[in-house]
Amino acid sequence: MFRKNLIILSGLVLFATVTNAQDRYFTKTGQIDFFSKAALEDIAAKNNTVTAVLDTKSGAMQFSVPMKGFEFEKKLMQEHFNENYVESDKYPKADFKGVVANNAAVNFAKDGTYNVTVKGKLTIHGVTKDVEAPGTIKVNNGKVDAASTFNIKLSDYNISIPAVVKDKISNSIKISVDTRLEPFKG
Amino acid sequence: MKSKPISLVLATFVALASRAQDTDLLKGVADTTPKKEYVYGAFKSTRVIMSHSIEMLRPGVLDFRILHRFGNVNQGISEFFGLDQATTRLGLDYGISNNLTVGIGRGTLKKEVDGFVKWRIIQQSTGPKSMPFSLVAVGGSTVVGAPWSDPARKNLFSSRLGYYGQAVIGRKFSERLTLQLSPILLHRNFVELAADPNDLFAAGFGGRLKLSKRVSLNVDYYYVVNQNDARTELHNPLSIGFDIETGGHVFQLHFTNAIGMNERAFLTETTNRWGKGEIQFGFNISRAFQIAKKKT
Repeated sequence: MFRKNLIILSGLVLFATVTNAQDRYFTKTGQIDFFSKAALEDIAAKNNTVTAVLDTKSGAMQFSVPMKGFEFEKKLMQEHFNENYVESDKYPKADFKGVVANNAAVNFAKDGTYNVTVKGKLTIHGVTKDVEAPGTIKVNNGKVDAASTFNIKLSDYNISIPAVVKDKISNSIKISVDTRLEPFKG
Repeated sequence: MKSKPISLVLATFVALASRAQDTDLLKGVADTTPKKEYVYGAFKSTRVIMSHSIEMLRPGVLDFRILHRFGNVNQGISEFFGLDQATTRLGLDYGISNNLTVGIGRGTLKKEVDGFVKWRIIQQSTGPKSMPFSLVAVGGSTVVGAPWSDPARKNLFSSRLGYYGQAVIGRKFSERLTLQLSPILLHRNFVELAADPNDLFAAGFGGRLKLSKRVSLNVDYYYVVNQNDARTELHNPLSIGFDIETGGHVFQLHFTNAIGMNERAFLTETTNRWGKGEIQFGFNISRAFQIAKKKT
């Protein structure tokens, strides 16, 4: 009995480490955009420095988004974004930890586009909230494109809009995620 | 019975293994080496109040500046505490690059036109090869436009000119506190009295204390080193006020004893004294427009 257990144990440990390396897909140049339609002016920014990892076996997903990586057309807006709204010095990164809820429906060995639902915890400005978003996973030639669009509310993340511009800045922000993941050889 | 504790150990191991797996997906992927990061937002504006601050305009930004000083507050209600009078300067500054800003302006005092070039040599940064402070060099010129006081005399255009060179050394000590030192050399081609120095040295001190996300307390002072001592009517300029920032605007509301709004004017023509209540209420309005847009 002892020997049998030991074999199972070593088997499990071995399996866990091996699959861990093989099934991980990653990128360091993932793209996240956000857009907000507002009366005064539209607010849009682009970030190409997103680190993302997907474990195809379990469907586990993790994103790390450096807030200072968001580029605005108007530099002043970028400064205000970092200084007054998301407070990048205090909260340098936004994080997402989650899972592809219907991971079993995706065949990572076969090229194709799969509709998925992603669930998890999104942390922005030091505040963590549960989010659920529809997305697509496109398998193409050993690469995995993961994309999603969803909305968040600034008020959910304690990002306050000053009273003077309250009517001019929307509380709802559209977030678009677009990442091309490659196999991780760790 | 013998296998029970072993199963327990096994279960614990499996649990630990799977937990380790799902908590740290980024391990080995995320770059954890610290990066060099420049320090921004040392001041809310490119001026402390009167002086150039270590803050620069971003490239492609046009800053329209309206400067306004009322009369002395100690004149009482008959002059509406100075609000009946006004001295103004209108100016345009432009950010050519991240480290180069130019500007022009015209003030009502002596109908003076002034221009400057501001170059950031060192920018404060954190991370590898960090710099603890910022260093900015400013060179400027002023042209008096007012009619000659004595038209009968032979007057040269060059007599209207003044120049200054200034170094601004500053540091954002924390999110809230920024301090700067700004020695300045001012040259006037033409001075009022023979005993007045053509070259004037002054030491500038500026600081900001951030009170909230959008409001800061600013202090701006110059100690003029070699003022002609016979000119007892001249004093060192001191301004104290608040910066209020609302999106693209910065409002600098302040009290000052300096009527002049360029370096030549406030260093050589400040005749008011704080101690006597000879101070003016004033404001600077800065409105930034993004002219050239960076492709994203």
